[in-house]
Amino acid sequence: MLPDAERLCADLAESMRQGLHPDTALVGIHTGGVWVAGRLHAALGLKTPLGSIDVSFYRDDFSRSGLHPQPKTSDIPFAVEDRPIVIVDDVLYTGRTIRAAMNEIFDYGRPSRIDLAVLIDRGGRELPVCPRWAAQTMQIEPGKSLQLERGETGVLTLRLIDA
Amino acid sequence: MRNPQLDKNGGLQHLLTIDGLPRDVLTAILDTAAPFTEVAEREVKKLPLLRGKSVFNLFFESSTRTRTTFEIAAKRLSADVINLNISTSSTSKGETLLDTVDNLCAMQADMFVVRHAASGAPFLIAQHLAAMGLDHIHVINAGDGRHAHPTQGLLDMYTIRHYKKNFGNLVVAVVGDVLHSRVARSQIHALTTLGVPEVRVIGPKTLIPTEVEKLGVRVFHDMRAGLKDVDVVMMLRLQNERMQGALLPSPQEFFKYYGLTADKLECARPDAIVMHPGPMNRGVEIDSAVADGPHAVILPQVTFGIAVRMAVMSMLAGA
Repeated sequence: MLPDAERLCADLAESMRQGLHPDTALVGIHTGGVWVAGRLHAALGLKTPLGSIDVSFYRDDFSRSGLHPQPKTSDIPFAVEDRPIVIVDDVLYTGRTIRAAMNEIFDYGRPSRIDLAVLIDRGGRELPVCPRWAAQTMQIEPGKSLQLERGETGVLTLRLIDA
Repeated sequence: MRNPQLDKNGGLQHLLTIDGLPRDVLTAILDTAAPFTEVAEREVKKLPLLRGKSVFNLFFESSTRTRTTFEIAAKRLSADVINLNISTSSTSKGETLLDTVDNLCAMQADMFVVRHAASGAPFLIAQHLAAMGLDHIHVINAGDGRHAHPTQGLLDMYTIRHYKKNFGNLVVAVVGDVLHSRVARSQIHALTTLGVPEVRVIGPKTLIPTEVEKLGVRVFHDMRAGLKDVDVVMMLRLQNERMQGALLPSPQEFFKYYGLTADKLECARPDAIVMHPGPMNRGVEIDSAVADGPHAVILPQVTFGIAVRMAVMSMLAGA
């Protein structure tokens, strides 16, 4: 039984509420991370506009598997320089996506710090990446992929599929 | 025979011509180009996709805009770019095209961007690479003779989609020296492949190829009739350097009948856009008042060209 994604978003926002600098900017990673970041942004009432990035241009598997189809446009509608940033993603696994996201953010400027908030930490890290906030930790076997989906009514749900 | 531009999985191996490329490949290139436009807004205008790759600009014909935008595109992708100005190098000492290519392959080239006065030169290089088993080296046609200029055609399509959103209800006119224009051929193939319902070509009989209708276009020799209610006007440069014999009485007379003036542009739709691949001959094919006017999207074409070339290079390098 998978946890309720909307509930996890609310839990994550609550856990982050304390200790967030007022100038903090959230940056969601396409696509699931952007949805989660949108929930957090509303719940936390942050004044810096929400950012979003697609890490397709920074992935470390480009030379093996090529450019991912249909990359999205990254949108960082605030000055990165000296700003605290929280990267938001739905599921944290190997950490490679987060490495790519950090590289991309630094091409916009030098943030004062970067933290990581995720709905689910599924383990299996291949890089030294550790989230500051994770709404839930769960073990998922390597052959499976945990995906966040958004229904027609906009409700977020988690689904386990064969990778 | 398989399309020589596609690999066995249907991915893009080379970009030689738009003719014969499936619609979904063209759409994928345009979709991929969109996020690259944002890179120009960043503090660091660089992406790591082509890090460690060597891109050779092989220009056997002079070019400023195309060569520069290819160079910027490759550099923004972190490639090493080597510009070869062939007219002052080995070819003038008698080296053949394929010998030049073999030598550059021995220098660990990953990509060739080729402009050549002879139609088919980039295809010849691609064929040679395949025969040598060098499938990891990619070729981009940056204009070959009167044949094709696919990245120009693609950046034109990107520009049209940017301003007009979709292709399904447009009337587009390609105006001027269609006979000598590789740009026109790439534009026509791209427009018809992407589903533009009406593509017109406008020009004097001497500058319109015979049987051009077989490409799916309507021919007009009267500019005002041809421009009636069009959404997009794509002007072409009058290619004096390729003209042999008396095709035109004079540039002045060409301007009188086929030069785009504000007056003639009034025949088009009020929200029509005006494009030109450059370099412009002001007062020959286009009046300055139009070139600098509110309908012109000529400079955005140049900017979009960088993103489109970044997209093509990334799609090839990752294949």
